[in-house]
Amino acid sequence: MIEIMSSAALCTVQDFGRLTSRQYGVGTAGAMDQLSLAAANIMLGNPENSASIEIPIFPFKVRFTQDCDFSVTGTEGEVSLDNSRLPTWWAYSAKAGQVLTIHQPKKGCRAYLALGGGIDVPIVLGSRSTQLRGEFGGLEGRMLQKGDCLPAIQATDNRPLDFGMTSPLSALAFEQENTIELRVVTAAEYDEYATEAKELFWNNRWKVTPQSNRYGYRLHGTEIRPEKPIETLSHGIVPGVIQIPPGGQPIIQLRDAQPSGGYPKFGTVIEADLWRIGQAAIGKHIVFKEVSLKDAAAAMQQNKRYLDDVKQMISLQEAFV
Amino acid sequence: MIANEEQPFISLLGTSGILLQAPAPLQLETQQKIWGLAEQVESWPNVLEAIPGMNNIMITYLELPEDIEPIKAKLLDAWRHVEGIQKDGKVIDLPVIYGGTECGPHMQDVVTHTGLSIEEIVRRHTAPLYPVYALGSHPGFCYLGGMDSTLATPRRQVPITDLPGGAVSIGGVQTGVSASQGPSGWNTIGRTKMQFFDVNKMPPALCRPGDYIRFCVEEIIQ
Repeated sequence: MIEIMSSAALCTVQDFGRLTSRQYGVGTAGAMDQLSLAAANIMLGNPENSASIEIPIFPFKVRFTQDCDFSVTGTEGEVSLDNSRLPTWWAYSAKAGQVLTIHQPKKGCRAYLALGGGIDVPIVLGSRSTQLRGEFGGLEGRMLQKGDCLPAIQATDNRPLDFGMTSPLSALAFEQENTIELRVVTAAEYDEYATEAKELFWNNRWKVTPQSNRYGYRLHGTEIRPEKPIETLSHGIVPGVIQIPPGGQPIIQLRDAQPSGGYPKFGTVIEADLWRIGQAAIGKHIVFKEVSLKDAAAAMQQNKRYLDDVKQMISLQEAFV
Repeated sequence: MIANEEQPFISLLGTSGILLQAPAPLQLETQQKIWGLAEQVESWPNVLEAIPGMNNIMITYLELPEDIEPIKAKLLDAWRHVEGIQKDGKVIDLPVIYGGTECGPHMQDVVTHTGLSIEEIVRRHTAPLYPVYALGSHPGFCYLGGMDSTLATPRRQVPITDLPGGAVSIGGVQTGVSASQGPSGWNTIGRTKMQFFDVNKMPPALCRPGDYIRFCVEEIIQ
């Protein structure tokens, strides 16, 4: 069990999300950076989909009320366990009473705190993720707050952990000159834009505005306008869909977005790159690159290879112990 | 791109979804085919969910195969042969308090836009039996078909941030009832009381596509 000791607004319990309830109007929710969530769990021997805390606000502080294995992934930076410093992307075994502080990151913007066995909140419609609009999932369907207690499914298996991993921010070429490249498959209304509008979209360096969060990333750059107004009827959307509302500034719909929408869609960020948005801090820049489904599948393979490397490191670790 | 008269239009939603847009116009007959297609597609290999929209359907996958041409062809073929489902859905009666600053804060905008009196708006809004075409937007929310087109009022320029649950509203040619508090760009003309979503029930949503909603007058506030 852990007790949250800092203000935890915007922090939520997340797993991979709720993938089969869109037919009831329920959005997926789920971790913004699922690669980091999976890695955090693999490091503890948990199922990859176990729930952890997604943390976009720092410093974040918790107290362990029992001996507990934990890992911190997502951001690159430092944590303190009482007075000793550790890097993030580290697994460790805390003792009852110790206080963990996750500091302001040096790279990335969302940290994941995983606990032994995963965080034990009820599974609702197939997931432990927090559904804010529906007020269910996670802890009472809401953001965390100071004083909340969260139990671990199997806090420790009494094997002291003390090892680290390379983050995908370093392993998978994340940013260059504050610019993050996202690969995109074009969508239904793409061809209703003129060549100049398309070129603007691909050539713009889009700025991540402060109105960017788990619902969506609102970008700012030169406005994109269709040839003539586009009318679409409400239809299902997935996290990663890039909509262009009448104002001409794109919105990337994300994990807490509505499961349906009606604004024109320019394209969709490929699943393999959604973790990059999860680590794209406000003020960073985004460029889009058009890819085929074949390229997208190769990108997914690369993510899988990264997780395979993490698994292999763990098995070496275990052999060593 | 708009679907042409015969062929639906199929497009990608990234690497995890396919969207099939049926030929216009939006009508119950086409929507019944969409329900039929959804039932078929749900059992196709690797499909997570087949979700009816308004005159369209989204099919979700964990990861689409590199070559989706076979799926596209199968979908077009299924669309050609699918039978519309005539669902014997339940009818849900919703007593509505129409108008007034608290329950129907945008009634005046609908009066101004349509040129109709409040009584006439209420009469036309309560006349049809509205089929639930699809669910979406937020847990339990129903997209309804069948609104009298003379009531159509454009979405608001600036969305409101905290529309309460139970708000009866008009957005363009559509009408609906919000299932929980949240943002909305629609014009609120009244309020009802109904729990549309209960996570402890299966299915958790009160309505399914093919059910009907009937609005009736509880009160009209001038």
